[in-house]
Amino acid sequence: MAAPSYGLIATFETAPEIYHAAEQVRDAGYKNWDVIAPCPLHGLDKAMGLKRSIVPRISLAGGLTGFCTGMSLIWWTGASDYKLIVGGKPLFSPMFAFPVSYELTILFTAFATIIGMFVVNGLPRHYHPVLKYDQIKRGMDDAFFIVIEARDPRFNLANTTALLAKAGGKSIKELEA
Amino acid sequence: MAHAESAAAPAILEEVKPAVLPRAVLVANNRSFSWITEKICGIIEGKTPVWWWWCFAVACFVASFTVAGLTYLVATGVGVWGHANPVNWAWDIVNFVFWIGIGHAGTLISAILCLLRQKWRTSINRAAEAMTIFAVVCAAIFPVFHVGRIWYAWFLFPIPNSNYLWQNFRSPLEWDVFAVSTYGTVSVLFWYIGLLPDLAVLRDRFEAAGNKLRSFLYGFFAMGWRGSNRHWSNYEMAYLILAGISTPLVLSVHTIVSFDFAVSLLPGWHTTIFPPYFVAGAIFSGFGMVLTLMLPLRAVYKLEDLITQYHIDCMCKITLATGTIVGYAYAMEFFIAWYSANPYEGFTFINRAFGPYAWAYWIMISCNVITPQFFWFKKVRNCTWFVWILSIFVNVGMWFERFVIIVTSLARDFLPSSWGYYSPSIVEIFTFFGTFGVFSVLFLLFIRFLPIMPMAELKAVTPQADVHGGDHP
Repeated sequence: MAAPSYGLIATFETAPEIYHAAEQVRDAGYKNWDVIAPCPLHGLDKAMGLKRSIVPRISLAGGLTGFCTGMSLIWWTGASDYKLIVGGKPLFSPMFAFPVSYELTILFTAFATIIGMFVVNGLPRHYHPVLKYDQIKRGMDDAFFIVIEARDPRFNLANTTALLAKAGGKSIKELEA
Repeated sequence: MAHAESAAAPAILEEVKPAVLPRAVLVANNRSFSWITEKICGIIEGKTPVWWWWCFAVACFVASFTVAGLTYLVATGVGVWGHANPVNWAWDIVNFVFWIGIGHAGTLISAILCLLRQKWRTSINRAAEAMTIFAVVCAAIFPVFHVGRIWYAWFLFPIPNSNYLWQNFRSPLEWDVFAVSTYGTVSVLFWYIGLLPDLAVLRDRFEAAGNKLRSFLYGFFAMGWRGSNRHWSNYEMAYLILAGISTPLVLSVHTIVSFDFAVSLLPGWHTTIFPPYFVAGAIFSGFGMVLTLMLPLRAVYKLEDLITQYHIDCMCKITLATGTIVGYAYAMEFFIAWYSANPYEGFTFINRAFGPYAWAYWIMISCNVITPQFFWFKKVRNCTWFVWILSIFVNVGMWFERFVIIVTSLARDFLPSSWGYYSPSIVEIFTFFGTFGVFSVLFLLFIRFLPIMPMAELKAVTPQADVHGGDHP
């Protein structure tokens, strides 16, 4: 190859086709590969051998931070920085601090989840070799693709092309990096 | 194609041939993926329809009433509203609770129905979430402006100021600040995450059509989404978590709104039934508004294959269920007023039904308790225009519910010498009337520039998205 290649892309027309093709690529032992689909397909994660997403851990961290922020904000402002008795009530009590802490738990969880999802996915990334493929628009509409990256240790132009063809892939093309 | 599980299915199933229960079809006429894309993107890509401009002009005109009302308020002072002793809290809080309540159906559809795996939500959730956000915008106008000197509205938030004073976190009103601002923020985030894959579709389509500016704008917000399944995996998880946290959020928001009243000592407000009663009422009013908005949209854009009769049936049934819960709450309030043997509580409720505001009370009862009972009948649910009219009654009834709760309790306070009768001033009427314009302007912009249905989610519930090709064990 003259120009460095990003990898190979193959087109699939239906959900069952991409599902079984993904199983074959997974069983062939590839690691750096991906499926492009216009919508999430139930069961495809398993067919690709993906692990459970780590986003929930980031969410949990966000939620705990939010709860502690709420409690400490209310304790610090009311019982430490400026002690002001209102209606003879205690300066701090977790009871009256709870609603605000509860809301902040949710607020921080939401931000952590979304930021976590973007970071884990490596987005925003407006330029990607896959997006340069002239047929990729169909991947947002009604077609499915398998992309196997050239940096995968098992990648070999001839063998990988053969695998994709055997799995039922149509119009197998090389992607420029 | 057969797969492992079907081989393992017990042989007995072959013999007895269990009946396959028919599932309601969510996308009628077996539409393909590209039909869905074309249909929904076509709404945005097509020429702006004439009716849209007419509606937009009318909506802008109506919205100008809010602008005028608020300008006059800020220039003059809160005295321009009809508040006077003993009713110092009236239309501002009524309108606030009304609009916030409307928003709740959007979150119910997007979050609670997502957790309950009610797949019929997919075709209405985008528009319902938009409705939530715009309703929160309309709601937020009232608490922000009722402070009068709006340039001090930031005192609501714990920001250090020159008096070194902090907010009183013992007050439910302060809880409300956090509840509503969290609700608004999380609703926007949830909506945006749902939009992300659809924005990528629009980016590519506008690029292909040579519209660089719109391609750039959609692309900017699409964050370079490329439909990677590794991304979808994290995306689905994030979406599920957002649904999971939005569920307690939506329940807590109206609970905290009800605390504004329930934590006080006023008869008629100081009741423990308020949180569930308010939440049910909010969902009831929200579904009323969803029906009000979606039925015309369905007719204008010919979306009958996506919003099927099954969808309308489901929405009517939820309206019926929540309306009946609300009716039960009205009855229970009366029962408790009698059972508590508290003369003040008893007086408040007799006064509600037969006092000076009895007209408002009976409008509330007829709209909220009687109207939804029509939805028991399939014939009614099948008659779209009649459902739409009933949904308007629901909206009216729920506004009156808040009016009845707030004004009747205040107008007859503990000292008969200070009893009064509250009527709104023209400025209040203008301001509230105009919020329907504000809402409509935002909603019209939404249906013109953003996909009104989540394409990716719709595709995921079609038979074509089944990786086993319908060959389930």
